[in-house]
Amino acid sequence: MFEQQLLNALTLGSVYALFALGFTLIFGVLGVINLSHGAVFMLGSYAALLLVSKVSLPLCLALLIAMLATGLLGLIIDFLVLKPLRARNAPHLIPMIATIGVAILLTSVAQGLFGAQVQRFPFGTVSEASFTWGNIHITVLQIGIVAMALALMALLLVIMRRTQLGRALRAIAEAPKAAYLLGINVEGLFLLTSFVAAALGGAAGVLIGLSFNAITPFMGQPMLLKGIAVIILGGMGDIRGALIGGLFLGLAEVMSVAYISSDFRDAISFGLLFLILLVRPSGLFGQVLERKA
Amino acid sequence: MAEAWQTFWSTYSTLILSIGVNAMLALSIYLTLSCGLLAMANAAFMGIGAYTAALLTVHLNWPFSAVLIAGGLSPALVALLIGIPTLRLSGVYLAMATLGFGEVVRVVVLNLELTGGPLGLNGIPLQTEWWQVALWLLLTLYGLARLRRSKVGRAFEAIKEDEVAARLMGIDVTAYKLLAFVLGAVIAGVAGALNAHLTFFISPGEYGFEKAVDILTMAVLGGTASPVGPVIGATLLTLLPELLRFLKDFRLAVNGLILILVVLFLPRGIWDPLRFRALWQQRRRVTA
Repeated sequence: MFEQQLLNALTLGSVYALFALGFTLIFGVLGVINLSHGAVFMLGSYAALLLVSKVSLPLCLALLIAMLATGLLGLIIDFLVLKPLRARNAPHLIPMIATIGVAILLTSVAQGLFGAQVQRFPFGTVSEASFTWGNIHITVLQIGIVAMALALMALLLVIMRRTQLGRALRAIAEAPKAAYLLGINVEGLFLLTSFVAAALGGAAGVLIGLSFNAITPFMGQPMLLKGIAVIILGGMGDIRGALIGGLFLGLAEVMSVAYISSDFRDAISFGLLFLILLVRPSGLFGQVLERKA
Repeated sequence: MAEAWQTFWSTYSTLILSIGVNAMLALSIYLTLSCGLLAMANAAFMGIGAYTAALLTVHLNWPFSAVLIAGGLSPALVALLIGIPTLRLSGVYLAMATLGFGEVVRVVVLNLELTGGPLGLNGIPLQTEWWQVALWLLLTLYGLARLRRSKVGRAFEAIKEDEVAARLMGIDVTAYKLLAFVLGAVIAGVAGALNAHLTFFISPGEYGFEKAVDILTMAVLGGTASPVGPVIGATLLTLLPELLRFLKDFRLAVNGLILILVVLFLPRGIWDPLRFRALWQQRRRVTA
């Protein structure tokens, strides 16, 4: 029983981490709290759903195309909304509010196009096969989710730590102007970051859509709140933090449902979050950068 | 004439009074913004005020004016407690932390028996009269206008412009930030209390993330250079959904679009004294 709960927590936590990864990436590199990330996540779900049910593409291909499509959407949002604000050097509050506008717009358009009712993937989209090992029961979907989340995260971590591209991104995160003077293509990397972050959000959307199998235009906002919780837990702008924060939130939710009560799921996870805020407002791994006189 | 007025009032009074309440909420976030704090806990403070007030009315039968004051003081107490640790954070970090706090409040209210859980509180007597909303709004506006020209208001402005410089000039930055945070909570709490006795029914969902975002949007849309902006923003955003009813499901899309366009093209909001002054000088130069 306990092992099974641990496995469920790992699956849920991986998706949270994947969602939070894009969120934290944008925050780390662009310094923007992108509140449209939830809406992008929701559209990722719909994209895969349409590709599977209307075009009857295989799931892997649908996932890939959904990631590309949401990545492109992220690129468009960056180009039309965030880039002009960067050019004007707007204070960080302003881009956040602009992304609120984007989120409202996208959610409303999705509601207009797809309707407010819950939609589901057709039966048999994912293989129902499962493995039993001792008293643990694991489905193909769960294996896929965990493997994909961990692989993407590892890839991102390696890129950030070990490659020239990662060094450039970290330089931008530290000081965009200095990075520009060093000859780094700052604007191009901002666009790339927006693309990758949105694609990760879209992937999380497809995976959540598959595992809960209830897609609505409003699924983005609760996820956005969880994303905020995860990156507060893990420290804002920190990739390892997103992984650990995601797993921690997944664990807290699954365990409180299993051993306390499902009513208190959110109360416990957000209560923990609040406690951490009181003790360590910068999160478990983050550092508060403060300008000293 | 009198009859026409009566019909008009009975149709639109709720709308007009919610403009007043929303204006107070926008002013509550204007106050913290004027001290350079991006705190997004106002919806939660509104909720705390609303629930405190409604419970006092329903269970203890307190007189309405006492209820309103209690509705303002209870979130102030909470703000005092959480302000000390969280106001160490700055910028977007503070925004995140206060959003997290707001979610904690929503979830706690959702799970308490006293507050009626997800079903909310029903049957709150309709005690809010139009003059009470007008009175509290004017009181808030007057207070904020006086505050701007006082020592405290100037300290807020100094902190907003440059925290380190303000500290070096001998301003007790932590104390003033806490003051702004607590005063903002009072305004939001009173607005919540007024609103609760206006709508008959309150539920935890009304004070969540969406409301927090709404409040911030009103202030920024109107402009945060003076207290006039938030009132204009609140009025516009309260009326807009009513005016756009014919768009049905796409109605909110227009809201989102307007928000994006204002941020892109009117970065200081609709009410921007600097821009007006510039326009005025330009015209004078042309006529001269």
